[in-house]
Amino acid sequence: MPKMTIPEEEHTYPGSTGCPGCGANLVMRYLLKGLGERTIISIPACCWAVMPGYWPSNCLKVPLVYSAFEATGASISGLRAALDMKGVEDVTVVGFAGDGGTVDIGLQSLSGAAERQTDAIYVMYDNEAYMNTGIQRSGSTPWGAWTTTTPVGKNHDFKQEQKKDIMAIMQAHRVPYTATVSVAHPEDFIKKVAKAKAIKGMKFIHALSPCPPGWKANPMYTIEIARLAVDTHVFPLYEIENGKVHVTRKGKGLPVSDYLKLQGRFAHLTPAEVSSIQSAVEANWAILLEKDDSGT
Amino acid sequence: MRQVMTGNYASAYGAKLSRAEVIAAYPITPQTSIVEKLAELVSTGELKAKFISVESEHSAMAACISASIVGARTYTATSSHGLTLMHEVLMWASGARLPIVITNVSRAMAPPWSVWADHMDSIAQRDTGWLQFFCSSNQEVLDTTIMAYKICESRNVMLPAMVIEDAFILSHTSEPVDMPEQEAVDSFLPSFSPELKVEIGKPMGFGSLVKPDQYMEFRYKAMLAMKAARERILRVEKEFKQVFGREYGGLLENYRCDDAEVVLVAAGSTAATAKDVVDSLREKGQKVGLARLRVFRPFPHEEFRALASKVAGIAVLDRSYTFGVSGAFFTEIKGSIYDCPKRPAMKNYIAGLGGRDITPKILEKIFDDIQLFVKRREETDVEWVDVAGLPRRWH
Amino acid sequence: MTKSYEEIPLTPISNTPSTMNMTGLWRAFRPIVDISKCKRCTICWKFCPDAAIKLVDFVPVIDLKYCKGCGICSAECPAKCIEMIKEGIE
Repeated sequence: MPKMTIPEEEHTYPGSTGCPGCGANLVMRYLLKGLGERTIISIPACCWAVMPGYWPSNCLKVPLVYSAFEATGASISGLRAALDMKGVEDVTVVGFAGDGGTVDIGLQSLSGAAERQTDAIYVMYDNEAYMNTGIQRSGSTPWGAWTTTTPVGKNHDFKQEQKKDIMAIMQAHRVPYTATVSVAHPEDFIKKVAKAKAIKGMKFIHALSPCPPGWKANPMYTIEIARLAVDTHVFPLYEIENGKVHVTRKGKGLPVSDYLKLQGRFAHLTPAEVSSIQSAVEANWAILLEKDDSGT
Repeated sequence: MRQVMTGNYASAYGAKLSRAEVIAAYPITPQTSIVEKLAELVSTGELKAKFISVESEHSAMAACISASIVGARTYTATSSHGLTLMHEVLMWASGARLPIVITNVSRAMAPPWSVWADHMDSIAQRDTGWLQFFCSSNQEVLDTTIMAYKICESRNVMLPAMVIEDAFILSHTSEPVDMPEQEAVDSFLPSFSPELKVEIGKPMGFGSLVKPDQYMEFRYKAMLAMKAARERILRVEKEFKQVFGREYGGLLENYRCDDAEVVLVAAGSTAATAKDVVDSLREKGQKVGLARLRVFRPFPHEEFRALASKVAGIAVLDRSYTFGVSGAFFTEIKGSIYDCPKRPAMKNYIAGLGGRDITPKILEKIFDDIQLFVKRREETDVEWVDVAGLPRRWH
Repeated sequence: MTKSYEEIPLTPISNTPSTMNMTGLWRAFRPIVDISKCKRCTICWKFCPDAAIKLVDFVPVIDLKYCKGCGICSAECPAKCIEMIKEGIE
């Protein structure tokens, strides 16, 4: 007998204005499958500010408030305070922001919300650049990537800086739960979200969200790319619960070139540059395994 | 009950008596004692509210916005750089039609660094879609805070308001203030229950994306609301007087203007000083008056047009300056009376920036000067008052 | 169509399901399911970004009004039973 591995009920409608093959659409779909409809979401400027569609269209079956680009953290604190005052209970307050809105312009208010231990889940869907404005580099763009503001060109000036480690930044705020999730592993994704929902305080979910136009990738490979990110250890799946690290998927340990070659944003890299990414990924993976407390 | 308190405590008690439910605030001189007092009232349980210590004024307003969207009465207080940091989200609050009330302790912008009275911060927010009340006494600060909620939460208004008190001159100066009874305020100001709010279990996007073919209609509605605020301000003040016995003269308080030949327009604490000056000049037989600009948004067009038809000269005192133009009050008043059949002579006086004292002597000289200006118009109609290096002496 | 200012709420409130947007019109490639090969694993349904696949007895029914033709279902189908063909070719 066939079996569905994730909850059947949908909390999103078709007809969102996300691009074909959009990873962020899946991040929202899985998130709501994990949370259910007693949820309220705050969304700042990002792809998802336009993806519900033009007024009066809405692809979400939960209430949604918009916030200024840099203010998601403050917005979820305001929502939680008001709902508490009104005695509205058993509601999951969610901040749902892109990588620029999280690690760059929104970092201050996220830090404030985390320090206040606002009882909410903050989800960063990480498409690794400012995609809604047309693929400009963000603090979350990985080293080596092409974007419109790291245009490669004659000077080979791809993104020269490392991606910010937002998981470590959140860990430094001593929040009770942080996790990485992948659209290629919805079962793990939904399990982590459901876990976060049951924990009080600030929870942080880092979702890698492939962006076909921004990553110069064929939209049909969104899942494949996300899967390779895990299997190459570019984006390991783990969670940190009260400071304890659990790697939730070991991955196959494939060469990073398998992941990079499906994306035109890395096409300019020389073999030496690819191998420097390989070394960095291996070093990070070793550090993570050392911290791993899952006993496997 | 009469108590002696600062403008800042008057603000805090105004918010407390209005039963603000969510307060999000960030400290800035000279606003701090407002939020300190509110934190204390929340911690002692005298005020049932959530107090969010945010990490910036931008976040203070953003938190108030989200709290207001789900139906909470919200309050914050700020000053100068804090208010200008909020600028983006001030527009957000009015666009989302949220009746948030804040206190702005009006203070100069840096550089040069200055923590003293100046209206630049408030004036710079005139286009944000907020009602703006300039107060002249601590009592007015308290009363206006309560009235502001009632005005803003009206169905046909639903816009935010800023209650403005001058840095230190009101914020840190103690005056006797009559503290209304909580029960009286409760019956004057019912609890906040907006028709439109986001509720759990009800799918809805609040404030979403519209195309160019629909944007203007939303803005038009907000414009109508700001217009409607005018009548609402007058009505709420009338009701307030019936219950509490105090009134403040509507949008433009005319003080001894009836038979005046020249009037001074001023806002904030200076206007209180100016009343004394008017009295003393009246005793000397001069036909002078004061038009206290109490509400800058919505702008009191009708009041100014009525005033223009009665007087020969209007001196406009701006405690801020719009570089390349003149004071903001001045240009707006001038624009307002442009097509009046009778247009008085008008001159702009820029004074009191960065907390420079605007003394009774200076105000007397302004009255002297405008009377001369009416007779023989000078070339310049914008004059900076009491600036070292300029020829005219004001002391 | 533009609505009169009298007919709209104070601020844009979106509460109409996005099924009002016929995103299927964007499609450059159309998924064709060969049901005879389908193993009823539901993976295509699981990975559809647009929730545009419904399951009838665990067999996918793709709603072409909304399917944007990304091809994820085709790429992920272990039985290789979904083919992407260029739109406009019958």
